[in-house]
Formats: sequence, C-alpha cells, structure tokens
Amino acid sequence: MNLRSALLGAAALTALAPAAMAERGSDGHVNIIYWQAPSVLNPYMSGGTKDIESSSMILEPLGRFDETGALVPFLAKEIPTVENGGVSEDLTSITWTLKEGLLWSDGSPVTSEDVLFTYEYCTAEEFGCAQGAKFDSVSTVEALDELTVKVTFKAATPNPYLPFMGGQSPIIQKAQFAECLGAAASTCTEANFNPIGTGPFVVDEFKPNDVISMSANPNYRDPAKPAFATVTFKGGGDAASAGRAVLETGEFDYAWNLQLAPEVIAEMEAGGQGKTVVGFGTLVERIEMNLTDPSSDLSADVRSTREAPHPFLSDLNVRKALSMAIDREILVEIGYGEAGRATCNLVPAPALYASPNTDCLTQDLEGAKALLDEAGWVDTNGNGIRDKDGVEMEVLFQTSTNAVRQNFQDAIKAWWEMIGLSVELRNVSGSVFFGGDAGSPDTFQKFYADAEMYANNFDGTDPQAYLAQYRCDNEPQPDNQWQGENINRYCDPEYDALLDELAATGELEKRGEIAIKLNEMLTKESYTIVPLVDRGRVSAHSNTLGGVVLNTWDSELWNVADWYRIKE
Amino acid sequence: MLTFTLRRLLIAVPTLLASAIVIFALLQLAPGDPMANVPLTVPPEVKQRMREALGLGEPVHIQFWKWLVQFFWIEPQVLIDNIFGTGFADGKLRVLSWQTRSPVMDIVVQRMPQTLWVVGTSYLVGIIIALPIGIYSAYRQYSVFDQAGTFISMVGYSVPTFFTGVLLIVIFSVNMPRESFFWFPSIYDTTHQVNDWASFGFQVRQMFLPVMVLALYNAAQISRFMRASMLDNLNQDYVRTARAKGLGESIVVMVHVLRNSLIPVVTVIALGVPQVFGGAIITEQVFKVNGLGHLLIGAIEANDLPMVQTLTFIFAVLIVLFNLIADVLYGILDPRIRYD
Repeated sequence: MNLRSALLGAAALTALAPAAMAERGSDGHVNIIYWQAPSVLNPYMSGGTKDIESSSMILEPLGRFDETGALVPFLAKEIPTVENGGVSEDLTSITWTLKEGLLWSDGSPVTSEDVLFTYEYCTAEEFGCAQGAKFDSVSTVEALDELTVKVTFKAATPNPYLPFMGGQSPIIQKAQFAECLGAAASTCTEANFNPIGTGPFVVDEFKPNDVISMSANPNYRDPAKPAFATVTFKGGGDAASAGRAVLETGEFDYAWNLQLAPEVIAEMEAGGQGKTVVGFGTLVERIEMNLTDPSSDLSADVRSTREAPHPFLSDLNVRKALSMAIDREILVEIGYGEAGRATCNLVPAPALYASPNTDCLTQDLEGAKALLDEAGWVDTNGNGIRDKDGVEMEVLFQTSTNAVRQNFQDAIKAWWEMIGLSVELRNVSGSVFFGGDAGSPDTFQKFYADAEMYANNFDGTDPQAYLAQYRCDNEPQPDNQWQGENINRYCDPEYDALLDELAATGELEKRGEIAIKLNEMLTKESYTIVPLVDRGRVSAHSNTLGGVVLNTWDSELWNVADWYRIKE
Repeated sequence: MLTFTLRRLLIAVPTLLASAIVIFALLQLAPGDPMANVPLTVPPEVKQRMREALGLGEPVHIQFWKWLVQFFWIEPQVLIDNIFGTGFADGKLRVLSWQTRSPVMDIVVQRMPQTLWVVGTSYLVGIIIALPIGIYSAYRQYSVFDQAGTFISMVGYSVPTFFTGVLLIVIFSVNMPRESFFWFPSIYDTTHQVNDWASFGFQVRQMFLPVMVLALYNAAQISRFMRASMLDNLNQDYVRTARAKGLGESIVVMVHVLRNSLIPVVTVIALGVPQVFGGAIITEQVFKVNGLGHLLIGAIEANDLPMVQTLTFIFAVLIVLFNLIADVLYGILDPRIRYD
C-alpha cells in the first residue's frame, strides 16, 4: 500500500513535468461516471451494459468493433477472414492466433488454453451464462497450439465473429476461474469482483453497485499506455446528475449515455466544463403493430396469438395509414435532438445492410385519411371514430414509463386521432414491461395492446440473428411461456425462405441485398414495424480528457487505453 | 423491568417471523423480473437459463425456507467465523444477491459505515439544532423567534429532500466557483479514506451537503415535538411552585421543565433511529452516498429479491428493537412508569 501510494505520488509528479513522450501512468487520475452502477465485473454473469462496459477496461476479447463497425484485433494478431485463410472456405470454422508475449495482469502468459476455457466456462451446465447466445452456434473449440485456437461451428456461419469478439465475450483467465465452472460460478465472488485481465487497468477495489478503483496494468502490452495511473469508476444516480457532474461541476471526466431531453443537455453544456459526443448505432425506437387480437374477451390461449387475427391492424392499409400520420422529424426534435435521426428502417446501419428507404419521412395526414376511406374504414355511426363491419378503430397504445416515450405517445395519439381513430394510452414500468414474467399481462412480449413502442438493437454489425427474430413460430405464445421475439406475430413463408438464404450466403454484397430486402418486408412493404427514430448515444467528457472515440458497436470504453489528459 | 424486556423479546419472535412472511409474499406478488435490465439483444432462452441459475424455478415455499435457513442459521455462522476465525460456514450457501451474485451481508457490512456516518451525523446535528430551538420557541411563545422557527421548521418539514438536495447542489456545487471555500462536492467520494487532518477535512466537506439536507428535515421534526412538549409542561402547577420558591428562570426552565419535557422527545428520537440505519433513500441517491438506502433502491429497481428481502427484514428487526428500547427508556426516565 505504502509502496503503491509512493508510486502514485511519483506518477503524479511526473505528470507535472512536461513529458516529451507519453509514458504509462503519466497523466494521473481519471474519473468516470455511469449512472447505472456495475454489479459484477464478469460479463458472463450479467448481461447488463454497465457490467459489460466496466469490465471491458479490465478484460479484453480477441477482437473488437471500432467506431465504424469495422473489426480490430485486440488479443488476436489479426482478424481471420476467408482471404487470409483464418476462416475456412465452407464457413464452418475460424482459427484465431493470439499476439505473442501477451501477459495477464498477474504476469502469467496468455495462452490458447485460456480461450478454450472461456468457452467451457460459458457453456457449462447450470451456469446460466448471460452471453450464451454467442456460443450457441459453436460445436467445438480446440487449442491447436500455445497461441492458436480453432472454433468450429455446427453449420456454415457467414458471420463467425460472435465468440470472443466484442465487449460481451472477453477472455478470462483459466487459472483464476478453473474452480468456478457451472453451478459453482456464484461462489467465486473474489474472481467475479477482481478478474485478472489483459486490459489497460486492474481492479484495486470493487464496491458492488457503487464504485471501482482501478490502476494501470503493469503488464499491459503497450508499455506507453495507459496514460492514466488510476481510475475511479463511479456508478449510480441518474443521467441528469451524471451529466451535471461532467458538464457543469467538472467533478468527473466522462459520463456515459445521457438519456436526457435535448434542452436539458444544451443547458448543461452551457456550463462549459465539458462537451457531449454523439454516436449512432443500430438502436431504433419503433412502433410494433400487433397483427393478432389482444381483446380481453378472448380466452388466454387465443388472446394475442396467431389464431386470432387483429380486427383492423391485420389490414395493410390501416398500418400504412398509421405510419403516414406520424411526423418523425417532430418526434426527433421533442425527444432526442442531436441524438436522434428520423428513420424508416429497422436496420439503420451499417451502411451495407441499411435500406435507402425514406418514404415515411414526410407526414401525410390527408393521404392517410384517403387510404383509410379507400379501404372502407369510414365513420358510419357518426361517433367520430372510423369503423367497418361493426369494428370500431380503437387503439390501445402502450410503452414503458419514460418521459420521452410519454411525450411521443401524446404526439402520436394526436396524429392518429386526426385521421379518425380513438387512441388510449398506457405506460408500464420498464422493469415489468421488459421483464419476461409469463404471469404478468403487462409485458411487451404478451402484447395485450394494439400497438406498442420501445427501442431495440443488435449486437455487433451483422443483422442476421436480429432479422431472424421475425420468423414464423418465434412469436411469444402460451406454448413457449410468452418468451418469443417475434413481437408482432409476423408470419410470411417468403420471409422465412429469404432468412434461410441469408444464413447460407457468405458473400457480403449479397448478404447486404438480402438483409435490405428482409428489412423492407417488415417495414415499407408490410408496416408491421413502424420505425420512428434512429437513436444515437450521447455521452459527455470534460474539456481536458483527450482520446475519447465514442463507439456504439462495442463497449464505449473500448479505447480507454488511449485516453489522456490534455495539457493546458 | 427485566421480565418485561424478556417478555417483549419473546413476543418479538413471532412478530418478526410474520413480517418476514409478509415481506416475502409481497415481493413474490409484486410484478417484475430480475432479467428486465438485461438488454433485449440477449435471447429469451438465455434469459430463462439465467433465471434458473438464480433458483427462480423452485417452488415459493422452498425459496422462503432456503432464505430462512440461510439468514438465521448460516449467516450467524459466518459472523462467528469472522470473529473467531473458525470454519463453521465453509462451503455453505449464503444469501446471495441476484445482481452481484455475492453474499448480501458482505455488501450490507460494506455499506453500513457510510449510512451511519452521513445519516447518523445528520441525525445528531438535527437533534443539536432542534432542542434549543424547541426550548426557546416554547419559552417565548409567539415571539418573533418562535414565528421564524415555526416557519423554518414548516419549510424543512414540507419541502422534500430531493428538492432541497438539488437546490443546495445548484447553489454550492454548480454556481459557486470551484476555488471558493464554500464550494462543496455534489458527488460523495465513496473511496475516500480518512488518514490525516486534510483527508478528514475533505470528508467533512463532502458530508456537508447531504448532512445539511437531512439535518434540516430531522431538526424540523424534532423541534416541533420539543416545543409542544415544553408548552405542555410550562403551564403545569409545579412550574408555578418552582417560581414561587424563588428559583431562577434558568433553573426553572433548564432543570425542572426541560427534564420533564424530554421524556416524549427521547421516545421520538429513539423511534427515529431505525430510520438512520434505513438510510435516507432519496438523499443518498441525490448525493450518491453508497449507504443502505442507496443499496435498497438499487435492489428494488433490479428486482433483486434476496437483497430487498434481507434489507427490509433487517429494518423490521431494528424497528422492533428500538420500539422496545424506547419503552424501556421511558421507564427509566419517568419513575412513575412501571411495567412490572
């Protein structure tokens, strides 16, 4: 302890001297604040973003995605591809080679055994690995020699960059976690709180749900990095106070994910202590249309299942009219400002997979009305609500409790009422709405409403698994305890056939074409999903913190090793 | 008195057991899912496996029985092990938090000092401010001082701490220049260690805002009780007798009236102590003090049932305990009250 503080003191002194060259630990201390506090520093234990991002300063994967979504080798020498022979021609295996001379923070060498162990750890029985999806398609992992690992998949996998790629599946040390397999995982508190890693920092002290104290990893592979000797990673509170701490009081250097109203952020930025950074990924705020009947008159086995088609939303023209009535630009303005872009796509990025469709961007209330008239939805009984064959167009529109979403609900309700619908709004606490409790009638999966709004995105840069959510029979239903992902209960054999084609296609250009087509089938051709806003991430850093590159494809702290203090 | 205490302690056992059952049942009935904070990108079957790993698949009565055994049998063993270095609890499953997958009691022990420091200090400061104000307000009833005191305590009592907290942050952290002596940090540094005068000074500074927010609230409450109790006594016959005997005003008020008036106030103060342990949920949240209140609210948000269950139960124990202490104190302070 004394030695360490002496070293820190020395490091702080060297920070004062004008250093000609960057040196590890020469820039002293940096403060990071996340308004959600990390609970555990093992991303396999918890799927929470806060846990994945905080542990990404300590644990590293073989490769990461950079701010453009491109692959960058971290522990690996290079990214294996078909061209360099790392990925087999038939797309069933990928062979990774580790950089030479890598050391864990305790000084022991990193070997292919550790990579193999990471696979065994996550796939062990009774563990409930949070990143299990990364390894689902893997059949075997073999350590070919000290530095080489071969991952073989169950079938041809056009996107082999799932296991050991990105913040969600870093490499853990075999020596440390060997006793923690399966059900024993939760007995390893010490390992889960103080993982030995290869990243730029090591944990000095971890207080769960509160704060992590870290210092520079003495065995980090780049001797000049990280520039900071120590880090305080504070968690908890709310986005507003995190923003205030960086932008107004200057107590912290970096604040993550400031989900705040645009005018609030602008006001804070006027504080002059720091600035915001925005990055766009694949997070899309959308309205999901229920193609099935959520009426409470139906029995629990039939309600909101494909057995009962929706009385009016099963009509394509109705869905289209509802989409046309929405002014997305206004929504962006009231909800997200700089951090949002109007979109018509479910898959807004990367460019290869994004459809050029912009049809929905102009609001057309008259057109929507005409479309409904044409489809036979007119107000026959003079109550101000359109109807047809005795079915009144009464929409129950639900979402999670969140100030921006409630503003959106109000605006959309007004537009839908202008075109002759009756709209009832409902909001459900996020922990219930997104919790998959099969016994609760209020989950987004159960969808006991006509339309609902939330945001979703996909991991990494490949949308295949994301688009495959809309496969027939993958919908939440009583048989699967309402756990499916096809929220709209969309079912189109043509879509499923195209999905199969996508899974068998390796060539990137062709994959892009298919993915764009799939995206359009869900959006502009069927209006099953009505995308609203492509949501960016806003974070803030102080004026003196340099090297921040906001990355929405991986952990935001992916390049924390390159951060430095800007000298005045 | 002893038999009374023992009898009350025995009655406390079924009371606490009943409250444990009620807490457990309420948590079970409440909607929510510990997986709600896991991103939607994690597929449902993975979430299901994670739930099973937490033990959620088991029947409710088994879950409750497990918690009882872990809390009343295994946790005391851990405590004994820690004190005497024995190994009774080795390898036994403790109450584990669902968020951190680590023992709940370890986290509680880690959080307790911050709560005692910040909330405890504010309680003390509150009492120290409240008693003189209450006494003087009663003695000079309807004077300017009394009116001002009434106004301030009404404000302190009715303005919520999330407002005063943010107000103080805006004044003392945002608008105050950083170099100024009156600048105070808005975020409590929970890693700070006190090892010399300078670091003690920093500790005082960082405790200043949260302590002031809470002290205002506590002082408002207690000063009202003090004033009311003093007023009750000031008009009693024994006060007139004391004055008639020729005793000085200070002795009349500070010895005769004050001692008698303190009896109900001490009870109120004792009953308030469990709140200190419960932490000040909102204030701890505003200033990011990593105390028990902060821990509880986080656990509720994350649907971490074992944590919420354990914490609420500990609060229940403290409330029962301090009720008993208040009753016993009453007997000691007022010789007229006898329980036997």
